[in-house]
This record gives sequence, C-alpha cells and structure tokens, in this order.
Amino acid sequence: MKLPVNYEIAKTHLLAKKRTTFTAMLGVTFGIGMYVLMISFMSGFNEFLEDSLLSATPDISIYNDIKTDYSHSILDEISDTGKVWNMVHHPKPKDITPNVHNSQKIIEDLKRDPRIRAVSPLLSTQVFYNNGPVQINGTLQGVNILDESKLSGLGDKMKTGKIENLLTVDNGILLGHSLATKLNVQMGDLVTLATPNGTSMRFRVVGTFQFGLGSLDLVRSYVSLSNVQQLLGKDNQYVTNINMKLNDNTQATAVAKEFAARYGYKADDWQNANASAMVSITIRNVMTFVVSFTLLVVAGFGIYNIMSMTIQNKLKDIAILKAQGFSGSDVRTIFLAESVTIGMMGAITGLALGFLMSYGVLNLPFPKNDNISITHYPVTFHWYHYMFGVVFGMLTTFIAGLMPSVRASKIDPVAILRG
Amino acid sequence: MIFGQKKLEKELAPTGTTDVVLESIKLNKSFYEPDEFHVLKDVSFQVKRSEFVSIVGKSGCGKSTLLYLISTLDTAYTGEIHINNRKVTGLTQNQLARFRNEHIGFVFQFHFLLPEFTALQNVMIPAEKLGKYSKSEIEDRAYEKLKWLGMDEFAGKLSSKLSGGQQQRVAIARALINDPTIIMGDEPTGNLDSTNTNIVFDMLKDLSESKGQTIISVTHDEDFAQKSDRVIEMKDGEIIKQ
Ligand SMILES: Nc1ncnc2c1ncn2[C@@H]1O[C@H](COP(=O)(O)OP(=O)(O)OP(=O)(O)O)[C@@H](O)[C@H]1O
Ligand SMILES: [Mg+2]
Repeated sequence: MKLPVNYEIAKTHLLAKKRTTFTAMLGVTFGIGMYVLMISFMSGFNEFLEDSLLSATPDISIYNDIKTDYSHSILDEISDTGKVWNMVHHPKPKDITPNVHNSQKIIEDLKRDPRIRAVSPLLSTQVFYNNGPVQINGTLQGVNILDESKLSGLGDKMKTGKIENLLTVDNGILLGHSLATKLNVQMGDLVTLATPNGTSMRFRVVGTFQFGLGSLDLVRSYVSLSNVQQLLGKDNQYVTNINMKLNDNTQATAVAKEFAARYGYKADDWQNANASAMVSITIRNVMTFVVSFTLLVVAGFGIYNIMSMTIQNKLKDIAILKAQGFSGSDVRTIFLAESVTIGMMGAITGLALGFLMSYGVLNLPFPKNDNISITHYPVTFHWYHYMFGVVFGMLTTFIAGLMPSVRASKIDPVAILRG
Repeated sequence: MIFGQKKLEKELAPTGTTDVVLESIKLNKSFYEPDEFHVLKDVSFQVKRSEFVSIVGKSGCGKSTLLYLISTLDTAYTGEIHINNRKVTGLTQNQLARFRNEHIGFVFQFHFLLPEFTALQNVMIPAEKLGKYSKSEIEDRAYEKLKWLGMDEFAGKLSSKLSGGQQQRVAIARALINDPTIIMGDEPTGNLDSTNTNIVFDMLKDLSESKGQTIISVTHDEDFAQKSDRVIEMKDGEIIKQ
C-alpha cells in the first residue's frame, strides 16, 4: 500500500515504538469499553423499568379528581362578601361519588378519535384481601378484561391461568403473583375481598399475573367490571376511570391536557403518573453520561501525555524534517495521524471489549429481589451507543493529539540543530 | 594542476548577474539570550553557479549561524538573501519549506538521520516529499546515491545502527537526492578519516564540475579548503577575506 510520505513516517513511528503505541491504545480501549458497558447496562435497566411502568400504567387516564375545598360556602352567594365574613366551623364535605358520570358517552366519543388505539373503562377501589388470618391491603380493578389487555398487555403477563377465565368463571379473580404467594392461594382457591364500606365478596382465583414490579404485583387484582359494581352496590354505568392507549405515547401529555379541558375531568398522562420513576430514570441517564464522559476524557489525557512525550523525544527528528523541506503543517499531520490512529484502534478494540463485557453482564444472574422480578441483568445492544462511543472516542483523541501536534509544528529547527 | 586550471577558467568567465546563484546583502544577526551578542556583522558575499566555496574561521566566529541563515532555516535576521535570482527574505515558512526541499541540500555539523528509518529510507524521504518522481524511481535514485558513496551494502540497515562516518555519508546522499541547486555542508567531513574525506571531497567537486551544482561548505580542514575553488574567511562575525 502506498501512503503519502507524512503517513508513512507516522506509521514507522508507531511501529518503531510498539509498546508505547499499545499502552496509549489500551487507555482508549478501556475508556470506550467501560463507556459501552455503562451505557448498555444503564439503558437496559431504564428500558426495563420504563417498559414495566408503561404496561402497568395507561397512556392517559381520565378520572374524577375529588377535592374537599372549603374556601367557598353557599353563604357567599347570598351575603355581600365585601362587608361580611362568613365563618363555617367544622365543615363536613358532601358525600360525592368519585365516578366519571357520563362515562358511556365519553367512551363512545374517544373510540372515534384516530389518535387512540384502545379505550378501557375501569372501576377501581381499595380492598382488603382476606385468606384466613392473612389480611392484605390492595387495589381491586374492575375491567372488561379484553379491553384492559389491549392496554396493558395483561394477556402476556400471565403466570398461571388465562385472562379469558374471567369471562367464563363466575366471580373469578386474577391476582398479582406476589400477592397470591403472600395469601398462599393457588388456581381454584377462594379469597375474600372486603371494601372500606364494609361489604365483602368471595372470588375464585382463575389466574396470576406478573408485571415485574413489586409495587403492582403485591397489591393489584382484576375482576370483571360488573363484579366490582355489585361489590360496591353501584349501577352498571358506574366507573372511576377511563383509560386509553395512544398510537404515539409521546403525545400523551398534550392529548391529556386536551381531554381534561374537553370533558371537565382530570386527565393524567403516564409520565405524570410515574413522575418519581421518570426522575430516577433521568438521574441514571445523567450519571451514565457524566461517568462515560469522564472515562473518555481520561483516555484523552492519556493520549495527550503520550503524544507530548513522543514529541519531546522527537525534537531532533522534527528539526531534520523541517530542514529538509517539511512544513509545519506536514509535521502536524504526522503527529495528528499518529494519535488518530491510536484513537481509532483504541475505539474499535474498546467497542469489542465493551460488547464482550456487556454480554458477560447479560449472563449474570440478578440478585433475587421481591420488588423486581428479573432473573438476569438487563442489557441493551443499540448500534447508536456504539456509534457514539467511536465518534466521541475519536474526537477526544483528535483534540488530545492536536495540542501537542500543533506545538510540534511550531518548533524552531535551528534551535535544535545547533545542538 | 588540473584544479588550478579550472580555477583560472572560472575566474576569467564573465560575472553576469544571472550566474550568481546566492547573494547575501548586509546580513546582520544578534542573539539576545543570555546577553545581547552581535554574531554576524554586515556579511555580504556572492556565490556563482557551480562554484565550490569553503568557509573557514575560528570556532565561534559565526560560520554555522551564517549557514543557517543562507539555508533559509533561520529567518530572524536583517539584510537580504537571494537564491537562484529569487529573494527568499520575507517568504512565509511554508514557502521556505517548499523552497528548501527543492533547492537546498543540507549536511549538518552533527550527522542527523531519522533513527527509525533505514539508510535508504532516510535518503528517499526528501524526494518523496518533493513528489517529482514515482516511488520506485526515487528508490532507484536513492540507491544510486548510496552506491556512489560506497554505502549501498548498508542501504537496508537502520540508520541508528550505522557508525558515525557511515551516517555522515548517508546524510550526504540525502542532501543530494533532489539534485538541489546548492549543497550546504557544516563540516561534512568532520567525522571522516582522511581516505573518506578525500572521497567525499572528490565527489562534491565532481558535482560542481559535471552537474553544475554549487557547494558551500564550512570546514576546519586546511587541505579541504585549499583544494576548493574559493575560500571565505570569517573572524568575529565578519568576512575578512573572500
Ligand atoms: N542560541 C544561541 N544563543 C546565544 N548565542 C549563541 C547561540 N548560538 C550560537 N551562539 C553564539 O554565536 C557564536 C557563533 O556560533 P556558531 O555556532 O555560528 O559558531 P561556529 O563558527 O559555527 O563555531 P564552530 O566552528 O565551533 O562550529 C558563538 O559565540 C556562540 O556562542
Ligand atoms: Mg559550527
């Protein structure tokens, strides 16, 4: 292969000092390798969490947000508020029902909206799960199970039984897997559910599901909508939430705002509903970037040091080259080519190292944990992470190499040739 | 004496300006570190095409300094330098680099070679930079120069593994590779025994006579100086005889 003379010189320099070249390269390899591992692992974990949260939370939920607001009194309407203060002691809020009143109409309306993929009404209530002495607090969700499955993909999350069992078995219930374990019940067993109002009902376990998040699998259960209406003593129009899945969930915030205004109820989007989890995801992302950045910058400093040393040892050679007609930019090209070559080799081996380490982590068993049900560490393999690693790695080595190279290009040959 | 005759012929030749290959006009140079020191004082001289000039003088009189100036490496001076009827004073560093590559061959006081490269590669590098010939032609030419200096058997050897005298000869071959207008040497035979000194002298002589190249060489060797076409003698930064 015929290289221009500047590159030929760079190549000879690199090959003449294989140990130095290799050490400089290792710095980059390690930096990029660790970056790939970090980002693959962190994004794997984030994606797992986001996935679990997403399937467990509807994109948008419309519900009646009850406020006990004492700042207004009916007395204000009949007396002149400018002159008179109306004092009400020990106010007792009116007993309002927390349901969405015109649910049927809203659902009809939403089903015609092209942005919405699926709508599912929900009647949710606090319950106690009783099985003998065990009593656990949780939430009972009354749903049309087929609609609900379209939203949450519950059908794929079943550990035992099938969601269709709810349609065929009288008073059937689907329990969270951890909840079932804690209650010590299995398929076919009976559990008693008691509401805060004192009513209770017995259900037969027809399946268990697992979302993978302890906060859900330990408290949630599904029964048919009519069963909950019956349990609460309400009519068949009574629902507390209208949940929906969008074709594009990134629009949830905007769409939720629109629905809130249109229907006069509160509309919560998934990001808002999972605000605390979203914050921890963001913090993890920021940390990943800070650590990765540091690793790559440290690798850059390694290159900077080694190139500075190399150039210090090559002052004489630089002077000779200049005396023979190599210009400052030729000298710069030579040393820049050396550091970019080191950077490129380091980046490529770093990607390989990062891939292997990520692959290793993927096969590590995850410590057993009640809250998160995964057996292995989650790791992603996204091409753009690798792409970014190469680009950023090359960029750092380029900048790190540029400074010493520019210095080399400015060396005055006479001062050195004089000896 | 053949040399004597040649000298006479050259002196008789017309001194037209086109025949002047190097002209320096009132060169002055000072060092300011550690103290101000006026090294070169109003140095003016001319060198004609195919002339073989020796510069002599006591150690420290400014010979090397003058050579760095006229070889365009050092640009911190006052006065003017013309080479090949071109004013080189005031050219940019890039222009000078290109100019040196094409027109000036330099043999340093200390034989400087690139240690990671073989003797042959060291000779080839300036020609590859010039880019006038293909790589195989350059290799042939470099090999030919080395052979001419009796160094062909060491062509493939790393230059750092050669003896001082061998390195000096490789450095001379390197200075010749681009057929420069002027070959400048700072004691080019300083490291050589009398036999090799004579070989090198004869070769330089041959270059000036048959190829018309100009030789300007600093030397401490009386004999070497006396055999050249002209001797410029310096003392304390001034030319006292030329
Ligand atoms: N960088 C420098 N700073 C200050 N003074 C210098 C510098 N370089 C050379 N000199 C001084 O300039 C004078 C001329 O130096 P130069 O190297 O030209 O001498 P020279 O004639 O080549 O001597 P030699 O025959 O020993 O090589 C000397 O007195 C030297 O001390
Ligand atoms: Mg000297």
